[in-house]
Amino acid sequence: MDAKNLIAFRVAQEMKDGDVVNLGIGLPTLVPDYLPEDVHITLQSENGFLGLGPLNGKTLPNLVNAGGKPCGMVPGTAFFDSAMSFCIIRGGHVDVTVLGGLQVDQEGNLANWMVPGKMVPGMGGAMDLVTGAKNVIVAMEHATKEGGAKILKRCTLPLTAAKKVSAIITELGVFRFIDGKLVLTEIAPGVTLDEIRAKTEAEFVVSPECCEMETPREAQPV
Amino acid sequence: MSQTSKQISYAALRPRLRDGMSILFGGFLGVGTPEGIVGEILDSGVRDLTIIGNDTGTPEVGIGVLVANKRVRKVISSHIGTNAETGRQMIAGELDVELGPQGTLAERIRCGGSGLGGVLTPTGVGTIVEEGKTKLNFDGIDYLVERPIRADMAILKAHCADGKGNLVYQRAARNFNPIMALAADFVVAETDAIVPTGDIDPDLVMTPGVLVHALILAGEQ
Repeated sequence: MDAKNLIAFRVAQEMKDGDVVNLGIGLPTLVPDYLPEDVHITLQSENGFLGLGPLNGKTLPNLVNAGGKPCGMVPGTAFFDSAMSFCIIRGGHVDVTVLGGLQVDQEGNLANWMVPGKMVPGMGGAMDLVTGAKNVIVAMEHATKEGGAKILKRCTLPLTAAKKVSAIITELGVFRFIDGKLVLTEIAPGVTLDEIRAKTEAEFVVSPECCEMETPREAQPV
Repeated sequence: MSQTSKQISYAALRPRLRDGMSILFGGFLGVGTPEGIVGEILDSGVRDLTIIGNDTGTPEVGIGVLVANKRVRKVISSHIGTNAETGRQMIAGELDVELGPQGTLAERIRCGGSGLGGVLTPTGVGTIVEEGKTKLNFDGIDYLVERPIRADMAILKAHCADGKGNLVYQRAARNFNPIMALAADFVVAETDAIVPTGDIDPDLVMTPGVLVHALILAGEQ
């Protein structure tokens, strides 16, 4: 199993039955594939509905996800306008949002919407999601392709939101923000604390209850 | 055009189009954008437009064709990443782009159409979005004051309309359309069908007809 699927599996174990969840594009969209059998969640799509589902081969007019791609919907789906969509998002009616990150820092700040001079796509709904969701999970590969740290003392890129991140899940481990501190709570099988320290710039505390990160039974250590 | 119907042709829109006007456009990555009206605006030759909507589609889809054909002077939007031409013109200094959070954009337009002087939102606090904006604190929470948006014209895409202009949207094509119906001096909806007045269940009307000045049957010349 590759790093992205390993991360998606672990994120899926964070979901509780009945949660309303908004998934960012990319890696987060893999999460539903790994939900435990007894956990059923409702997916919110920022472009205006609750009940996003898999495509299952059949496309319907005017049914697309927040990436503009054809998608499916589950029985009981509700459509609404963009103001209602963001009332739901900002108003704390979304239990969990899962997003990718360019940088996260030890204060719980997230940067994931622009790289000045290089990439200025716009924030879309990300700022509202990170501000309003009850739990903000950043799901990302631990380091950049060049091996540089993404979990930093202080983000250098423009922020998506300040001090809103609840947890960071990477292929190497799980960090949570507890009482304003970044705490390492799980380490992936076959990974050492030294390796995590080497790839993490942020200062963090190792939880006294730090344990092995849950991975699929068939998964090989990365 | 009968006295009991708001239906007009695409061509009847021409006299209302002018250089430098501001246009609110419905749609999310082109879904819910009135492609026929966008085509009419393109064919009219008007330029220096200010366009306001969620995103600038792609160079071929949605409002993006107006950007690709250099008819736009300013964009107010939450996302331009799917239209490389928007980014290119912005970096070249040819196009003014104002980016803001999607939920904030929706509320600013809703304010513009509902007599409100602005909205207080926590979104953007502690980010570059707060630059130049008034910040207020109530009950220990910081909020940004976000001001209303209105435009000269709103262009909407509906699935079904009746002669009074009552609108029903389909699935994810609703998005910004109902909010924009409130916030422009002239509101025109392109619709897949026009049914006799009274044929839409009043409980299912999504945009009340009094907000809609004109209807265009999609694809009808």
